[in-house]
Amino acid sequence: MSWFEKSGGERKNLKEEIWTRCQKCFSHVFKKDFLGNLSVCPKCNYHGKLTAHERLDIILDKGTFKELFGTISPADPLKFVDSKGSYESKVREVRTKTKLNEAVIIGTGKIEGIPVVIAVMDFRFLGGSLGSGTGEKILRAANHAHDNKLPYIIFTASGGARMHEGTLSLMQMAKTCAGLARLNEQKIPYISVLTDPTTGGVSASFAMVGDVHLAEPGALIGFAGRRVIEQTIKQKLPDDFQTSEYLLEHGFIDAIVDRKDLKNVLSRILSYATRGVIASPSTVRPELSRMGERLRTGSAKQSQ
Amino acid sequence: MMLQEFEFEKPILELQSAIEQLKNQPARNIDEVSAQIARLEALCCKRMEKIYSNLTPIQTVQIARHPQRPVLQDYISLIFSDFIEMHGDRHFGDDQALIGGFATIENTKVMLIGHNKGKNVDENLKRNFGMARPEGYRKALRLMKLAEKYGLPVISFVDTAGAYPGLDAEERGQAEAIAKNLLEMSRLRTPFIAVISGEGGSGGALGIAVGDVVLMLSYAIYSVISPEGCASILWRDAAFAPQAAKALKLDAHSLKELGVIDEIIHEPLGGAHKDYTAAATQIKLALVRHLKRLSAQPISELLSNRFEKFSSMGKFNL
Repeated sequence: MSWFEKSGGERKNLKEEIWTRCQKCFSHVFKKDFLGNLSVCPKCNYHGKLTAHERLDIILDKGTFKELFGTISPADPLKFVDSKGSYESKVREVRTKTKLNEAVIIGTGKIEGIPVVIAVMDFRFLGGSLGSGTGEKILRAANHAHDNKLPYIIFTASGGARMHEGTLSLMQMAKTCAGLARLNEQKIPYISVLTDPTTGGVSASFAMVGDVHLAEPGALIGFAGRRVIEQTIKQKLPDDFQTSEYLLEHGFIDAIVDRKDLKNVLSRILSYATRGVIASPSTVRPELSRMGERLRTGSAKQSQ
Repeated sequence: MMLQEFEFEKPILELQSAIEQLKNQPARNIDEVSAQIARLEALCCKRMEKIYSNLTPIQTVQIARHPQRPVLQDYISLIFSDFIEMHGDRHFGDDQALIGGFATIENTKVMLIGHNKGKNVDENLKRNFGMARPEGYRKALRLMKLAEKYGLPVISFVDTAGAYPGLDAEERGQAEAIAKNLLEMSRLRTPFIAVISGEGGSGGALGIAVGDVVLMLSYAIYSVISPEGCASILWRDAAFAPQAAKALKLDAHSLKELGVIDEIIHEPLGGAHKDYTAAATQIKLALVRHLKRLSAQPISELLSNRFEKFSSMGKFNL
């Protein structure tokens, strides 16, 4: 988890192993408590970044995840080189470091027994940037949802389009939305879960065309960068500008959901969204009665 | 009006100035002077060919942004025989940076939309330099859906530095407005031709450019980020814009090779600003040709081709 690695960077002693500092409120938290709280600060509720695998573990029923097209990785269509070196070497480095091949992992799984197609972005891979391979995977997952009549859920985390692939990255915005548009024609649900950060070309494409938009608290969600806006209008911006809360107030988010409640909320929404169209068997669904039990008792515990 | 010239055009300007001087001189030996003028004009042509066919990417960017480059209003008068502008997004306001309306081109009725740059300071302030806010994209969508209802093909002229990065634009959902357009355009049940006529500024451009065919003028640019923006991030200094422009491959020729655009429309040598009519004629011919072709396709075929077109964009390793 990037945020606590950053906080303890200067001191290489044992203390670092046991506790760490929240990036938002700067209080000291036991590492164990933080991890046990799904990487959310127990003091201020700051939602730290998750890796794609951590997210999949939290959201999907245990053992149900099957990855799709995991080998897709970036090519170097522009032979891009900047002042720091080549795109090719940058990609090699991040693939080695993160063991990821692209900025998104896609696959199928179950949420409280409901089969879904899921895509989870990972900010560690070049800032979660949208490149050709990223867009391809998001499209392929949408196509899989379309062909198999499964609901599609995307967890966004991105700094925007990947410059190193130039206008091809820009086209991924259109490509991903084209895939999602077809889902509407088949009444297949698409839920967008916006996490910190979701900006630029990703917010201006698939992130903002969900049937339902859920966001984690305090996530940075916006289009243009804060500094660019300040330079353009030469005014100071509100403190809560481009946060989930700001977007909720302005009508672009359906609900802000704490990480610990996301799975439950998703399964409840899916139970409405998939009434008509569902890939799994029909009427007798033991998982639903178990979920019904949970709803009646008001329990929001994560199932394992 | 004095055409603004570029530094790289100096060798041509010097020759042109010499030619003008000769022409204005009281001629003592007409034959000799005429011969000299002819020689210089031939040399000038040669130089122009050389310079304009070897432009660096940043020089192309300069032409795409030329203050006297034809804008939508110019193309409307030169290409379309009728234009009835429609206004408003029905929710908030009327964005003058992105306009649209009913139009006729060679007896074919269409819906025309496009970014609306101005030619002078007053116009540009009123039109926000062609940088649209959410209400611009929402108006465009409204008109696209109207075109769909009436069976009118859509033609869009793309020429913007980008979607406006203002507080008001963010407040009213700039991201959502563009995203919604991308979604809807991909399934729009009517032919859609996009022309990148000047600056194709990232998402702000793409928001009206998901077409069955994407045409691009030969000196236009189409990029995920401006060269200056790219340079300030990846070179830590906006002064490296020439290097960034080269790396981004944002020119028409490169983009045709990458499969981002379908056809290059040739501008007069040196840029459309040098001959509005010639540029407009080339655009008109291309539009008429593609309109004819696309209108003959059944809608289902149109939609599956459009989906295929955008699905296959991008290069990655499997």
